[in-house]
Amino acid sequence: MSGWLKNRTAIVGIGQTEFSKESGRSEMQLACEAIKAALDDAGLTPADVDGLITFTMDNSEEAEVARNLGIPHLSVFSRIPYGGGAAAGTVMHAAMATATGAAKVVVCYRAFNERSGMRFGGGGGGTGAMASMPLWLSWYAPYGLLTPASWVALHARRYMHEYGVTNEHFGRIAVVDRKHAATNPEAWFYGRPISIEDHQASRWIVEPVLRLLDCCQESDGGVALVVTSAERARDLRQTPALITAAAQGAALDGEMMTSYYRDELLGLPEMGIVAKTLWADSDLTPADISTAFLYDHFTPFVLMQLEELGFCGRGEAKDFATVENLSLGGTLPINTSGGLLGEAYIHGMNGIAEAVRQIRGTSYNQVADVEHVLATAGTGVPTSGLILGRP
Amino acid sequence: MSSRLAPSMNPDTQFFWDGVSEHRLLIQRCTGCATLRHPPRPMCPRCNSVSWDTLESSGRGSVFSFVMPQFPQYPWFEYPYIVVLVDLDEGTRLVSNLRDIAPAEVTIGMRVEVFYEHHDDGLVLPQFRPEAQS
Repeated sequence: MSGWLKNRTAIVGIGQTEFSKESGRSEMQLACEAIKAALDDAGLTPADVDGLITFTMDNSEEAEVARNLGIPHLSVFSRIPYGGGAAAGTVMHAAMATATGAAKVVVCYRAFNERSGMRFGGGGGGTGAMASMPLWLSWYAPYGLLTPASWVALHARRYMHEYGVTNEHFGRIAVVDRKHAATNPEAWFYGRPISIEDHQASRWIVEPVLRLLDCCQESDGGVALVVTSAERARDLRQTPALITAAAQGAALDGEMMTSYYRDELLGLPEMGIVAKTLWADSDLTPADISTAFLYDHFTPFVLMQLEELGFCGRGEAKDFATVENLSLGGTLPINTSGGLLGEAYIHGMNGIAEAVRQIRGTSYNQVADVEHVLATAGTGVPTSGLILGRP
Repeated sequence: MSSRLAPSMNPDTQFFWDGVSEHRLLIQRCTGCATLRHPPRPMCPRCNSVSWDTLESSGRGSVFSFVMPQFPQYPWFEYPYIVVLVDLDEGTRLVSNLRDIAPAEVTIGMRVEVFYEHHDDGLVLPQFRPEAQS
Protein backbone atom coordinates (compact mmCIF):
# COMPACT_ATOMS: atom_id res chain seq x y z
CA MET A 1 0.00 0.00 0.00
CA SER A 2 1.45 3.40 0.84
CA GLY A 3 1.28 5.80 3.73
CA TRP A 4 -1.10 7.92 1.66
CA LEU A 5 -3.84 5.35 2.22
CA LYS A 6 -3.48 5.40 6.00
CA ASN A 7 -6.91 5.47 7.64
CA ARG A 8 -8.67 6.63 4.44
CA THR A 9 -10.77 3.45 4.28
CA ALA A 10 -12.40 1.08 6.74
CA ILE A 11 -13.95 -2.33 7.18
CA VAL A 12 -17.57 -1.51 8.00
CA GLY A 13 -19.24 -4.90 7.82
CA ILE A 14 -18.35 -8.50 8.64
CA GLY A 15 -20.38 -11.60 7.90
CA GLN A 16 -19.90 -15.32 8.17
CA THR A 17 -21.68 -18.62 7.92
CA GLU A 18 -21.46 -21.24 10.61
CA PHE A 19 -18.13 -23.11 10.57
CA SER A 20 -18.57 -26.84 10.11
CA LYS A 21 -17.18 -30.06 8.66
CA GLU A 22 -20.08 -30.48 6.25
CA SER A 23 -22.07 -27.41 5.32
CA GLY A 24 -24.62 -29.38 3.30
CA ARG A 25 -24.86 -26.64 0.68
CA SER A 26 -22.90 -25.26 -2.26
CA GLU A 27 -19.87 -23.03 -1.98
CA MET A 28 -21.82 -20.39 -3.94
CA GLN A 29 -24.54 -20.43 -1.31
CA LEU A 30 -21.97 -20.08 1.47
CA ALA A 31 -20.40 -17.09 -0.32
CA CYS A 32 -23.76 -15.38 -0.82
CA GLU A 33 -24.88 -15.99 2.77
CA ALA A 34 -21.63 -14.54 4.14
CA ILE A 35 -21.84 -11.48 1.88
CA LYS A 36 -25.48 -10.83 2.77
CA ALA A 37 -24.65 -11.11 6.47
CA ALA A 38 -21.77 -8.65 6.06
CA LEU A 39 -23.96 -6.13 4.22
CA ASP A 40 -26.69 -6.45 6.88
CA ASP A 41 -24.04 -5.89 9.53
CA ALA A 42 -22.91 -2.72 7.75
CA GLY A 43 -26.43 -1.50 7.12
CA LEU A 44 -25.92 -1.63 3.36
CA THR A 45 -27.75 -3.41 0.55
CA PRO A 46 -26.52 -5.28 -2.53
CA ALA A 47 -27.38 -2.19 -4.58
CA ASP A 48 -24.69 -0.27 -2.67
CA VAL A 49 -21.96 -2.73 -3.70
CA ASP A 50 -19.88 -1.96 -6.79
CA GLY A 51 -16.79 -4.10 -6.16
CA LEU A 52 -16.07 -7.77 -5.39
CA ILE A 53 -12.65 -9.20 -4.56
CA THR A 54 -11.80 -12.79 -3.70
CA PHE A 55 -9.01 -15.39 -3.86
CA THR A 56 -7.84 -16.95 -7.12
CA MET A 57 -8.57 -20.28 -5.38
CA ASP A 58 -12.22 -19.39 -4.75
CA ASN A 59 -14.75 -21.24 -6.90
CA SER A 60 -17.57 -18.67 -6.70
CA GLU A 61 -17.40 -16.35 -9.67
CA GLU A 62 -17.98 -12.65 -9.18
CA ALA A 63 -20.68 -12.32 -11.83
CA GLU A 64 -22.61 -15.27 -10.42
CA VAL A 65 -22.28 -13.89 -6.89
CA ALA A 66 -23.64 -10.58 -8.17
CA ARG A 67 -26.47 -12.39 -9.95
CA ASN A 68 -27.46 -14.20 -6.74
CA LEU A 69 -27.34 -11.11 -4.58
CA GLY A 70 -28.92 -8.85 -7.19
CA ILE A 71 -25.93 -6.51 -7.39
CA PRO A 72 -26.82 -4.40 -10.41
CA HIS A 73 -23.52 -2.68 -11.11
CA LEU A 74 -19.90 -3.77 -10.61
CA SER A 75 -16.99 -1.45 -11.35
CA VAL A 76 -14.15 -3.36 -9.70
CA PHE A 77 -13.52 -7.11 -9.53
CA SER A 78 -10.20 -8.81 -9.05
CA ARG A 79 -8.58 -11.82 -7.44
CA ILE A 80 -5.55 -12.31 -5.24
CA PRO A 81 -3.25 -15.33 -5.74
CA TYR A 82 -1.31 -17.71 -3.47
CA GLY A 83 -3.89 -19.54 -1.40
CA GLY A 84 -4.28 -18.18 2.11
CA GLY A 85 -1.63 -15.57 1.35
CA ALA A 86 -4.44 -13.65 -0.34
CA ALA A 87 -6.50 -12.85 2.77
CA ALA A 88 -5.32 -9.38 3.75
CA GLY A 89 -4.47 -8.73 0.10
CA THR A 90 -8.17 -8.68 -0.73
CA VAL A 91 -8.64 -5.89 1.82
CA MET A 92 -5.59 -4.00 0.54
CA HIS A 93 -6.97 -3.99 -3.00
CA ALA A 94 -10.43 -3.02 -1.74
CA ALA A 95 -8.84 -0.15 0.19
CA MET A 96 -7.02 1.06 -2.92
CA ALA A 97 -10.21 0.86 -4.95
CA THR A 98 -12.38 2.71 -2.44
CA ALA A 99 -9.74 5.34 -1.56
CA THR A 100 -9.26 6.27 -5.20
CA GLY A 101 -12.95 6.24 -6.04
CA ALA A 102 -12.65 3.36 -8.48
CA ALA A 103 -15.37 1.77 -6.36
CA LYS A 104 -17.52 2.99 -3.48
CA VAL A 105 -18.26 -0.25 -1.61
CA VAL A 106 -16.17 -3.39 -2.12
CA VAL A 107 -16.94 -6.78 -0.61
CA CYS A 108 -14.06 -9.23 -0.03
CA TYR A 109 -15.18 -12.84 0.30
CA ARG A 110 -13.91 -16.40 0.69
CA ALA A 111 -16.15 -19.45 0.97
CA PHE A 112 -15.48 -23.14 0.50
CA ASN A 113 -16.35 -26.68 1.43
CA GLU A 114 -12.73 -27.42 2.21
CA ARG A 115 -13.63 -30.33 4.52
CA SER A 116 -16.62 -31.98 2.88
CA GLY A 117 -15.41 -31.21 -0.65
CA MET A 118 -11.86 -30.97 -1.99
CA ARG A 119 -9.48 -31.23 0.99
CA PHE A 120 -6.09 -29.52 0.75
CA GLY A 121 -4.47 -31.92 3.21
CA GLY A 122 -5.07 -35.09 1.21
CA GLY A 123 -2.21 -34.68 -1.22
CA GLY A 124 -4.17 -36.46 -3.95
CA GLY A 125 -4.10 -39.65 -1.89
CA GLY A 126 -6.51 -42.39 -2.84
CA THR A 127 -6.85 -41.25 -6.43
CA GLY A 128 -3.72 -43.03 -7.65
CA ALA A 129 -1.54 -40.97 -9.93
CA MET A 130 -2.54 -37.38 -10.55
CA ALA A 131 -3.85 -36.82 -14.05
CA SER A 132 -1.48 -33.92 -14.59
CA MET A 133 1.07 -32.95 -12.01
CA PRO A 134 1.91 -29.24 -11.82
CA LEU A 135 5.50 -28.60 -12.88
CA TRP A 136 6.62 -27.20 -9.52
CA LEU A 137 5.24 -30.24 -7.69
CA SER A 138 7.39 -32.54 -9.82
CA TRP A 139 10.40 -31.71 -7.64
CA TYR A 140 8.59 -32.97 -4.52
CA ALA A 141 5.72 -35.39 -5.22
CA PRO A 142 7.85 -38.29 -6.53
CA TYR A 143 9.66 -38.27 -3.18
CA GLY A 144 6.52 -38.29 -1.07
CA LEU A 145 6.46 -34.60 -0.18
CA LEU A 146 2.83 -34.13 -1.13
CA THR A 147 0.95 -32.14 1.49
CA PRO A 148 1.12 -28.59 2.87
CA ALA A 149 2.10 -30.11 6.23
CA SER A 150 5.12 -31.87 4.70
CA TRP A 151 6.20 -28.79 2.73
CA VAL A 152 6.14 -26.66 5.86
CA ALA A 153 7.86 -29.32 7.97
CA LEU A 154 10.98 -29.63 5.78
CA HIS A 155 11.45 -25.85 6.17
CA ALA A 156 10.65 -25.76 9.90
CA ARG A 157 13.01 -28.69 10.64
CA ARG A 158 15.92 -26.45 9.73
CA TYR A 159 14.60 -23.68 12.01
CA MET A 160 14.38 -26.20 14.87
CA HIS A 161 17.95 -27.34 14.23
CA GLU A 162 19.44 -23.83 14.16
CA TYR A 163 17.63 -22.37 17.14
CA GLY A 164 17.15 -25.40 19.38
CA VAL A 165 13.37 -25.33 18.95
CA THR A 166 11.35 -28.44 19.77
CA ASN A 167 7.88 -29.65 18.86
CA GLU A 168 6.84 -28.81 22.41
CA HIS A 169 7.55 -25.13 21.67
CA PHE A 170 5.17 -25.35 18.70
CA GLY A 171 2.57 -26.98 20.93
CA ARG A 172 2.16 -23.81 22.96
CA ILE A 173 0.57 -22.13 19.95
CA ALA A 174 -1.98 -24.94 19.72
CA VAL A 175 -2.73 -24.65 23.43
CA VAL A 176 -3.30 -20.87 23.13
CA ASP A 177 -5.54 -21.22 20.08
CA ARG A 178 -7.64 -23.96 21.64
CA LYS A 179 -7.89 -22.00 24.90
CA HIS A 180 -9.38 -19.04 22.99
CA ALA A 181 -11.59 -21.26 20.84
CA ALA A 182 -12.97 -22.86 23.98
CA THR A 183 -14.70 -19.59 24.91
CA ASN A 184 -15.84 -18.63 21.39
CA PRO A 185 -19.27 -20.20 20.68
CA GLU A 186 -18.70 -19.78 16.91
CA ALA A 187 -15.53 -21.91 17.06
CA TRP A 188 -15.54 -25.56 16.01
CA PHE A 189 -13.57 -26.41 19.16
CA TYR A 190 -15.83 -24.37 21.46
CA GLY A 191 -15.64 -25.80 24.98
CA ARG A 192 -12.75 -28.12 24.08
CA PRO A 193 -9.41 -26.73 25.29
CA ILE A 194 -6.24 -28.86 25.18
CA SER A 195 -3.18 -29.16 27.41
CA ILE A 196 0.43 -29.39 26.29
CA GLU A 197 0.25 -33.06 27.32
CA ASP A 198 -2.65 -33.58 24.90
CA HIS A 199 -0.54 -31.96 22.20
CA GLN A 200 2.49 -34.11 22.93
CA ALA A 201 0.33 -37.25 22.92
CA SER A 202 -1.17 -36.52 19.48
CA ARG A 203 0.22 -38.57 16.59
CA TRP A 204 2.90 -37.45 14.19
CA ILE A 205 1.77 -36.06 10.86
CA VAL A 206 5.32 -35.22 9.78
CA GLU A 207 7.96 -36.43 12.23
CA PRO A 208 9.71 -34.72 14.06
CA VAL A 209 8.05 -31.40 13.30
CA LEU A 210 4.26 -31.57 13.16
CA ARG A 211 1.81 -33.51 15.30
CA LEU A 212 -1.89 -33.65 14.57
CA LEU A 213 -2.54 -30.74 16.95
CA ASP A 214 0.02 -28.55 15.12
CA CYS A 215 -2.10 -28.67 11.96
CA CYS A 216 -5.11 -26.45 11.39
CA GLN A 217 -8.55 -27.86 10.85
CA GLU A 218 -10.14 -28.40 7.50
CA SER A 219 -13.44 -26.52 7.45
CA ASP A 220 -16.55 -25.64 5.49
CA GLY A 221 -17.73 -22.05 5.68
CA GLY A 222 -17.57 -18.51 4.36
CA VAL A 223 -16.52 -15.04 5.53
CA ALA A 224 -17.13 -11.65 3.92
CA LEU A 225 -15.77 -8.17 4.71
CA VAL A 226 -17.24 -4.85 3.52
CA VAL A 227 -14.80 -2.03 2.72
CA THR A 228 -15.61 1.61 2.01
CA SER A 229 -14.13 5.06 2.52
CA ALA A 230 -13.59 6.34 6.05
CA GLU A 231 -15.86 9.26 5.21
CA ARG A 232 -18.76 7.02 4.25
CA ALA A 233 -17.99 4.76 7.19
CA ARG A 234 -18.86 7.54 9.64
CA ASP A 235 -22.50 7.41 8.54
CA LEU A 236 -22.86 3.65 8.80
CA ARG A 237 -24.16 1.42 11.56
CA GLN A 238 -20.95 -0.01 13.04
CA THR A 239 -17.82 1.42 14.59
CA PRO A 240 -15.50 1.41 11.57
CA ALA A 241 -12.26 -0.57 11.71
CA LEU A 242 -9.93 1.86 9.95
CA ILE A 243 -7.46 0.29 7.56
CA THR A 244 -4.33 1.86 8.97
CA ALA A 245 -2.04 -0.15 6.72
CA ALA A 246 -2.29 -3.14 4.39
CA ALA A 247 0.46 -4.79 2.39
CA GLN A 248 1.36 -7.70 0.16
CA GLY A 249 4.83 -9.26 0.00
CA ALA A 250 6.80 -11.67 -2.16
CA ALA A 251 10.55 -12.22 -1.81
CA LEU A 252 13.48 -13.43 -3.90
CA ASP A 253 13.65 -17.10 -4.80
CA GLY A 254 10.28 -17.98 -3.32
CA GLU A 255 7.95 -20.80 -4.28
CA MET A 256 4.43 -21.75 -3.20
CA MET A 257 5.28 -23.39 0.18
CA THR A 258 8.54 -24.99 -1.00
CA SER A 259 11.06 -22.13 -0.84
CA TYR A 260 13.96 -24.45 -0.03
CA TYR A 261 16.64 -22.77 -2.12
CA ARG A 262 17.42 -19.65 -0.13
CA ASP A 263 20.71 -19.52 1.82
CA GLU A 264 18.96 -19.95 5.16
CA LEU A 265 15.56 -21.43 5.97
CA LEU A 266 15.15 -19.59 9.22
CA GLY A 267 12.43 -17.11 8.41
CA LEU A 268 9.58 -16.07 6.16
CA PRO A 269 11.06 -13.33 3.93
CA GLU A 270 7.65 -12.65 2.34
CA MET A 271 6.27 -11.73 5.75
CA GLY A 272 9.38 -9.66 6.39
CA ILE A 273 8.49 -7.52 3.37
CA VAL A 274 4.89 -7.20 4.56
CA ALA A 275 6.07 -6.24 8.05
CA LYS A 276 8.41 -3.55 6.78
CA THR A 277 5.62 -1.94 4.78
CA LEU A 278 3.07 -2.18 7.59
CA TRP A 279 5.30 -0.48 10.15
CA ALA A 280 6.45 2.21 7.70
CA ASP A 281 2.97 3.05 6.42
CA SER A 282 1.28 3.00 9.82
CA ASP A 283 4.02 4.85 11.77
CA LEU A 284 3.50 2.18 14.42
CA THR A 285 5.78 -0.34 16.10
CA PRO A 286 5.07 -3.84 17.45
CA ALA A 287 4.57 -2.29 20.90
CA ASP A 288 1.49 -0.46 19.56
CA ILE A 289 -0.36 -3.68 18.68
CA SER A 290 -3.01 -4.66 21.24
CA THR A 291 -3.76 -8.11 19.79
CA ALA A 292 -2.96 -10.00 16.60
CA PHE A 293 -4.25 -12.74 14.36
CA LEU A 294 -1.18 -14.62 13.19
CA TYR A 295 -2.02 -17.07 10.41
CA ASP A 296 -1.74 -20.49 12.00
CA HIS A 297 -2.20 -23.19 9.37
CA PHE A 298 0.83 -24.87 10.99
CA THR A 299 2.25 -23.83 14.37
CA PRO A 300 5.98 -23.44 13.46
CA PHE A 301 5.29 -20.54 11.13
CA VAL A 302 3.57 -18.64 13.95
CA LEU A 303 6.91 -18.56 15.78
CA MET A 304 8.69 -17.38 12.64
CA GLN A 305 6.05 -14.67 12.12
CA LEU A 306 6.66 -13.29 15.61
CA GLU A 307 10.29 -12.80 14.56
CA GLU A 308 9.58 -11.42 11.07
CA LEU A 309 7.09 -8.92 12.49
CA GLY A 310 9.54 -7.78 15.15
CA PHE A 311 7.64 -8.89 18.24
CA CYS A 312 10.87 -10.60 19.27
CA GLY A 313 14.38 -11.10 17.89
CA ARG A 314 15.61 -13.85 15.53
CA GLY A 315 15.60 -17.21 17.24
CA GLU A 316 13.87 -15.77 20.31
CA ALA A 317 10.30 -16.83 19.54
CA LYS A 318 10.73 -20.08 21.46
CA ASP A 319 11.21 -18.01 24.62
CA PHE A 320 8.70 -15.27 23.77
CA ALA A 321 5.87 -17.57 22.68
CA THR A 322 4.73 -18.85 26.06
CA VAL A 323 1.12 -19.73 26.68
CA GLU A 324 0.95 -16.90 29.21
CA ASN A 325 2.34 -14.23 26.85
CA LEU A 326 0.07 -15.14 23.94
CA SER A 327 -3.16 -15.71 25.88
CA LEU A 328 -5.85 -13.20 26.75
CA GLY A 329 -4.33 -11.00 29.46
CA GLY A 330 -0.77 -11.61 28.22
CA THR A 331 1.64 -9.23 26.53
CA LEU A 332 0.44 -10.11 23.01
CA PRO A 333 -2.83 -12.06 22.93
CA ILE A 334 -3.04 -13.84 19.57
CA ASN A 335 -5.83 -15.57 17.68
CA THR A 336 -8.51 -14.58 20.18
CA SER A 337 -11.23 -16.33 18.15
CA GLY A 338 -9.25 -19.56 18.30
CA GLY A 339 -7.46 -19.11 14.99
CA LEU A 340 -7.39 -21.61 12.17
CA LEU A 341 -6.57 -24.39 14.63
CA GLY A 342 -9.41 -23.68 17.01
CA GLU A 343 -12.12 -21.66 15.29
CA ALA A 344 -12.06 -22.67 11.62
CA TYR A 345 -9.87 -22.68 8.54
CA ILE A 346 -11.47 -20.08 6.30
CA HIS A 347 -8.16 -19.22 4.67
CA GLY A 348 -7.45 -16.41 7.17
CA MET A 349 -10.56 -14.33 6.45
CA ASN A 350 -12.05 -15.35 9.81
CA GLY A 351 -8.94 -13.91 11.48
CA ILE A 352 -9.58 -10.54 9.85
CA ALA A 353 -13.23 -10.66 10.95
CA GLU A 354 -12.00 -11.24 14.52
CA ALA A 355 -9.59 -8.30 14.18
CA VAL A 356 -12.63 -6.13 13.31
CA ARG A 357 -14.52 -7.41 16.36
CA GLN A 358 -11.56 -6.52 18.57
CA ILE A 359 -11.64 -2.94 17.21
CA ARG A 360 -15.42 -2.77 17.80
CA GLY A 361 -15.11 -4.28 21.27
CA THR A 362 -17.42 -7.20 20.45
CA SER A 363 -15.13 -10.23 20.58
CA TYR A 364 -16.07 -13.17 22.78
CA ASN A 365 -12.49 -12.84 24.03
CA GLN A 366 -12.26 -9.07 24.11
CA VAL A 367 -8.88 -7.50 24.82
CA ALA A 368 -9.09 -4.34 26.96
CA ASP A 369 -8.42 -0.90 25.47
CA VAL A 370 -7.71 -2.05 21.91
CA GLU A 371 -6.16 0.61 19.69
CA HIS A 372 -4.53 -1.35 16.85
CA VAL A 373 -4.92 -4.94 15.69
CA LEU A 374 -2.63 -6.77 13.29
CA ALA A 375 -3.72 -9.65 11.06
CA THR A 376 -1.53 -11.72 8.77
CA ALA A 377 -2.32 -14.02 5.86
CA GLY A 378 -0.97 -17.41 4.77
CA THR A 379 2.72 -18.06 5.37
CA GLY A 380 5.33 -19.88 3.35
CA VAL A 381 3.74 -18.33 0.26
CA PRO A 382 3.63 -14.78 -1.15
CA THR A 383 1.45 -13.21 1.47
CA SER A 384 -0.20 -10.11 2.98
CA GLY A 385 -1.05 -8.44 6.24
CA LEU A 386 -2.93 -5.47 7.67
CA ILE A 387 -3.25 -3.22 10.68
CA LEU A 388 -6.68 -1.97 11.75
CA GLY A 389 -7.24 0.98 14.05
CA ARG A 390 -9.97 2.63 16.09
CA PRO A 391 -11.46 5.81 14.66
CA MET B 1 9.97 -51.60 -7.44
CA SER B 2 6.42 -50.35 -7.44
CA SER B 3 6.10 -46.90 -8.87
CA ARG B 4 5.96 -43.40 -7.49
CA LEU B 5 4.05 -40.36 -8.73
CA ALA B 6 5.77 -39.45 -11.97
CA PRO B 7 7.03 -35.92 -12.58
CA SER B 8 5.69 -33.78 -15.38
CA MET B 9 8.19 -31.84 -17.47
CA ASN B 10 8.44 -29.04 -19.97
CA PRO B 11 11.23 -27.64 -22.20
CA ASP B 12 12.79 -25.96 -19.14
CA THR B 13 13.06 -29.16 -17.10
CA GLN B 14 13.28 -32.07 -19.57
CA PHE B 15 17.11 -32.19 -19.42
CA PHE B 16 17.06 -33.00 -15.71
CA TRP B 17 14.90 -36.10 -16.11
CA ASP B 18 16.74 -37.17 -19.28
CA GLY B 19 19.94 -36.98 -17.25
CA VAL B 20 18.47 -38.99 -14.41
CA SER B 21 17.45 -41.76 -16.82
CA GLU B 22 21.15 -41.94 -17.84
CA HIS B 23 22.26 -41.88 -14.18
CA ARG B 24 23.59 -38.35 -14.43
CA LEU B 25 22.56 -35.63 -11.97
CA LEU B 26 22.58 -32.44 -14.04
CA ILE B 27 22.50 -28.89 -12.72
CA GLN B 28 21.42 -26.02 -14.95
CA ARG B 29 24.25 -23.51 -15.50
CA CYS B 30 23.92 -20.01 -16.97
CA THR B 31 26.31 -19.58 -19.94
CA GLY B 32 26.26 -15.83 -19.35
CA CYS B 33 27.58 -15.76 -15.77
CA ALA B 34 28.08 -19.46 -14.87
CA THR B 35 25.60 -19.28 -11.96
CA LEU B 36 24.03 -22.66 -11.14
CA ARG B 37 20.32 -22.97 -10.51
CA HIS B 38 17.82 -25.57 -9.38
CA PRO B 39 14.94 -26.18 -9.90
CA PRO B 40 15.50 -25.33 -13.59
CA ARG B 41 13.89 -22.25 -15.07
CA PRO B 42 14.35 -20.33 -18.31
CA MET B 43 16.08 -17.13 -17.14
CA CYS B 44 19.11 -16.48 -14.94
CA PRO B 45 18.03 -14.23 -12.05
CA ARG B 46 21.57 -12.84 -11.77
CA CYS B 47 22.28 -11.72 -15.36
CA ASN B 48 18.93 -12.37 -17.10
CA SER B 49 20.50 -14.56 -19.77
CA VAL B 50 18.26 -17.23 -21.26
CA SER B 51 21.26 -19.25 -22.49
CA TRP B 52 22.27 -22.20 -20.38
CA ASP B 53 24.02 -25.53 -20.38
CA THR B 54 24.46 -28.10 -17.64
CA LEU B 55 27.05 -29.22 -15.15
CA GLU B 56 27.12 -32.86 -14.08
CA SER B 57 27.03 -33.00 -10.31
CA SER B 58 29.35 -35.26 -8.35
CA GLY B 59 26.16 -36.51 -6.72
CA ARG B 60 27.70 -35.87 -3.32
CA GLY B 61 26.56 -33.47 -0.66
CA SER B 62 25.23 -33.12 2.84
CA VAL B 63 21.87 -33.27 4.61
CA PHE B 64 20.43 -29.76 5.03
CA SER B 65 17.04 -30.85 6.40
CA PHE B 66 14.97 -34.03 6.61
CA VAL B 67 11.52 -35.18 7.74
CA MET B 68 9.47 -38.36 7.91
CA PRO B 69 5.93 -37.83 6.56
CA GLN B 70 3.54 -40.18 8.38
CA PHE B 71 0.04 -39.12 7.36
CA PRO B 72 -1.82 -39.40 5.05
CA GLN B 73 -0.22 -42.68 3.97
CA TYR B 74 0.32 -43.55 0.31
CA PRO B 75 0.70 -46.93 -1.38
CA TRP B 76 4.01 -45.89 -2.93
CA PHE B 77 6.01 -45.92 0.29
CA GLU B 78 7.09 -48.19 3.09
CA TYR B 79 6.94 -46.36 6.40
CA PRO B 80 8.83 -44.58 7.74
CA TYR B 81 10.46 -43.01 4.72
CA ILE B 82 12.83 -40.06 4.81
CA VAL B 83 12.45 -36.94 2.67
CA VAL B 84 15.78 -35.14 2.53
CA LEU B 85 16.86 -31.67 1.40
CA VAL B 86 20.41 -32.13 0.09
CA ASP B 87 23.06 -29.43 -0.19
CA LEU B 88 25.03 -30.63 -3.21
CA ASP B 89 28.77 -29.93 -3.14
CA GLU B 90 28.32 -27.79 -6.26
CA GLY B 91 26.14 -25.38 -4.24
CA THR B 92 22.57 -26.07 -5.33
CA ARG B 93 19.97 -27.86 -3.25
CA LEU B 94 17.42 -30.53 -4.13
CA VAL B 95 14.73 -32.65 -2.51
CA SER B 96 14.97 -36.44 -2.64
CA ASN B 97 14.76 -39.48 -0.35
CA LEU B 98 17.42 -40.75 2.00
CA ARG B 99 17.70 -44.57 1.91
CA ASP B 100 19.67 -47.38 3.53
CA ILE B 101 19.61 -45.70 6.94
CA ALA B 102 17.18 -45.59 9.88
CA PRO B 103 15.63 -42.18 10.66
CA ALA B 104 17.17 -42.16 14.14
CA GLU B 105 20.67 -42.43 12.61
CA VAL B 106 20.30 -39.39 10.34
CA THR B 107 21.92 -36.11 11.36
CA ILE B 108 21.81 -32.71 9.71
CA GLY B 109 25.14 -32.17 7.97
CA MET B 110 25.89 -35.86 7.36
CA ARG B 111 27.47 -36.77 4.02
CA VAL B 112 25.30 -38.43 1.36
CA GLU B 113 25.66 -39.62 -2.23
CA VAL B 114 23.23 -40.18 -5.08
CA PHE B 115 22.08 -43.49 -6.56
CA TYR B 116 19.33 -44.24 -9.05
CA GLU B 117 16.24 -46.33 -8.54
CA HIS B 118 14.37 -47.90 -11.46
CA HIS B 119 10.64 -48.49 -11.15
CA ASP B 120 8.56 -51.07 -13.00
CA ASP B 121 6.92 -48.48 -15.22
CA GLY B 122 10.25 -47.10 -16.46
CA LEU B 123 10.44 -44.19 -14.05
CA VAL B 124 13.96 -43.50 -12.77
CA LEU B 125 14.42 -41.36 -9.65
CA PRO B 126 17.57 -40.05 -7.98
CA GLN B 127 17.83 -41.25 -4.38
CA PHE B 128 20.48 -40.62 -1.72
CA ARG B 129 22.25 -42.83 0.82
CA PRO B 130 25.07 -42.30 3.32
CA GLU B 131 28.31 -41.60 1.48
CA ALA B 132 30.54 -44.66 1.15
CA GLN B 133 33.76 -44.41 3.17
CA SER B 134 36.64 -43.86 0.76
